[in-house]
Amino acid sequence: MGIEDLQHNFLTGRLEDLVKWARRNSVWPATFGLACCAIEMMAVGAADYDISRLGMEVFRASPRQADLMVVAGRVSQKMAPVLRQVYDQMMEPKWVISMGVCASTGGMFNNYAIVQGVDQIVPVDVYAPGCPPSPETLLHAILTLHEKIRTGEITRRSGSTAKVGEQATGGWTPAVPDAVRVATPR
Amino acid sequence: MTEHDEHGHEGPEQPEEVELSDERFVELESEVAARHEAEERQLVAETSEGAQELAPRKSTSAWELRQEVGAVLRLPEGGYVDPSDIDVEERDDQTMIINMGPQHPSTHGVLRLMLELDGETVLRTKPVIGYLHTGMEKQGEELTYVQGSTNVTRMDYLSPLNNELVFSLATEALIGIELPPRAVWIRMLMSELSRVASHLMWMATNGMDLGSTSMMIYGFREREMVLSFFEKTTGLRLNTNFIRPGGVAADLPDGWEDDIDVLCETILARSYEYDELLTGQPIFRERTEAVGSLSAEEALALSVTGPILRSTGVPWDLRRTMPYLAYDKVDFDVIVGKYGDNFDRYSVRLNEIRESIRIVRQIAEMMPPGDYRVQDRKVTPPPRARIDESMEALIHHFKIFTEGFRVPEGEVYVAIESPRGELGCYIVSDGTSKPYRMHIRAPSFVNLQALPLLLRGGLVADAVAVISSVDPVMGEVDR
Amino acid sequence: MSDAAPTTVPLAAPASILPEVPRLPDHLVDQLAFPHRGAYKEMVKAFRDAGFELCSDLCAVDYLTHPGRSLPEGVRAERFEVVVNLLSLSMRQRVRIRVQVPDSDPALDSIVDVYPGADAMEREAYDLMGVVFTGHPDMTRILMPEDWEGHPLRKDYGVGRVPVQFKEAPGPR
Repeated sequence: MGIEDLQHNFLTGRLEDLVKWARRNSVWPATFGLACCAIEMMAVGAADYDISRLGMEVFRASPRQADLMVVAGRVSQKMAPVLRQVYDQMMEPKWVISMGVCASTGGMFNNYAIVQGVDQIVPVDVYAPGCPPSPETLLHAILTLHEKIRTGEITRRSGSTAKVGEQATGGWTPAVPDAVRVATPR
Repeated sequence: MTEHDEHGHEGPEQPEEVELSDERFVELESEVAARHEAEERQLVAETSEGAQELAPRKSTSAWELRQEVGAVLRLPEGGYVDPSDIDVEERDDQTMIINMGPQHPSTHGVLRLMLELDGETVLRTKPVIGYLHTGMEKQGEELTYVQGSTNVTRMDYLSPLNNELVFSLATEALIGIELPPRAVWIRMLMSELSRVASHLMWMATNGMDLGSTSMMIYGFREREMVLSFFEKTTGLRLNTNFIRPGGVAADLPDGWEDDIDVLCETILARSYEYDELLTGQPIFRERTEAVGSLSAEEALALSVTGPILRSTGVPWDLRRTMPYLAYDKVDFDVIVGKYGDNFDRYSVRLNEIRESIRIVRQIAEMMPPGDYRVQDRKVTPPPRARIDESMEALIHHFKIFTEGFRVPEGEVYVAIESPRGELGCYIVSDGTSKPYRMHIRAPSFVNLQALPLLLRGGLVADAVAVISSVDPVMGEVDR
Repeated sequence: MSDAAPTTVPLAAPASILPEVPRLPDHLVDQLAFPHRGAYKEMVKAFRDAGFELCSDLCAVDYLTHPGRSLPEGVRAERFEVVVNLLSLSMRQRVRIRVQVPDSDPALDSIVDVYPGADAMEREAYDLMGVVFTGHPDMTRILMPEDWEGHPLRKDYGVGRVPVQFKEAPGPR
């Protein structure tokens, strides 16, 4: 029986605010830089566009210790199962920012090799457009995520922690669609 | 014997107690072992990269075991090596195959390494790549030559202007046009600044991998200066799409000489600070000297180019030996190392930053006036203002941006010196406005072949430092 | 049909769309060689002994939908062409070897024991184009997933576009 089951009175209302404040002020990203967007993500971590002021400069190597996965770059067919596995290893509460157009929709690479949008594999909270998004855009995306945490429910998505193979709510499945993987005739 | 509880239901069946004889015990044990082995084999076959992974020692061919001692490079023609002759201690039960990546904190992208370890010593290494394969060569066949540089620029994303440069040079060689001098010099300026940015990024990540977080911050701080110059000139920090067939996309902004002046001064002064931070520091020296050594013959045999080849003592730099653009008109030194170890690669790259700053200063003094792109209206779009006035300009603009310009039939291979080595572009054209086949010879793809040789015999803790000093960019490795 | 001695043909300056025909700069006029499949490896060894220390690039080209390419006398055009670029540091020169490989039997000798640096490049040519290099120690896919079917860079393999809004389904643009 966790916080989710409490009926909110003035004490627990403040408690929920406290929990959300703690969660959004120390979101630790997992290192998932793939391509050019990763360089901009590192620039955000560096001195000029410091994310340390948001409490996020610790890029945890282990997904078990991370809260946020910033999918920075294009996800190829070979990388998709790895992405899903890293996402599954993260502990709740976890969020995903899809950084750049390649992660959001496949970007300029509409071909056999790139997954057309990482939301076919993991549920995404914030999409950051750009090729690559400038560090200001990524900071805006992170602040949007903080807003989402601040105003959202503590229990974010019910049933979305279902493992691969189980029926998840919302009807989306994490399997990569066949149409993208099989040779398409001209 | 079943038990009944008070409601008359049968309880769970208790297993029968059986006395196992010795023979039956041994039989069962071997059955279990056989089942485990079958499962293991099945597990290996079911993973998606079964054949690309490193197989255990007992099922590895003699060729691959020979590679471990670098024997493949030194064998005479037709020589055969008996696996039992290999002078590596065959302690089969004590070697361990571990997997590094593709997601790991060393910031070199999605490279997966399978290492065979004997204790802490690395024996065999097998890089598994392809985790960033984007189909860029196929995509290049779908995009026109005007759009081609947007595709190519995302390969080596640390120095994007060099990719655009090689693609544009190849296209112009097929078309047969000659560029105005200002376009050539602007290209040289951007290419050298791109080299500075790439090497600064390398110093940052290399420092971080060896534990110096300050170096990471300093490298990015300097790099931001170069990137803000790029943003002022090209509009974008990364993936600029600035160098296009026919010249460059726009002229340099006003006041660029002052910006370059400040940039050169600052970066040069700070590069001497890096000497204080890293070069003289005993821990850094101990961790990088004599680690990951490569000899010149091995480097040439493995087709390794760039700072790695120069660190082994071979003075091969395409800017000096096969000059392109206007590199024969500027004065710079080719930095050459001696032992081919991590420290030599570090010092080659650090000094290349200084040499590039020297070149940039000379370009700023010698920049010729004139057009920034060739005036042939069939290749270069007309200025936007003229579209309102002239019908012909409108037609040219329309044709170039929808259909693209046609390139005569032929094939060409052009190579430049990128921060990682020889970056080549091989284009086959069939007379239409799209390349028939565009192949990019990526230096990191070829340099990664040296990795098993560099890591062999070293400690696993040095693996990250050696990978970092090879400087692979997975965007161009996997394309 | 098989030439034991390498035939080198200078690459002519391509016809230009401009009225004047400027020559290619000297460093871009490469020497070309067109060995027969059987003589390919001998030629590569001969070049290495002649001082071409580095194998710069090895790639494959699929000429299935090409309107027509210019080949010298005696060279029969096949579907695949394997292009090897060699570099001589001492002579500061490049040479390009183009071997024709037929579709019915897409196999070629591997030059890994001549130039070990061609290892990964041959694997890539196999993976993306389907040309098998006999004698290569590890002829497996390198860029695509292990269980991928087909060779993506061939001309009869589609791009794999997903139809998106405002751009029509796969087809000519």
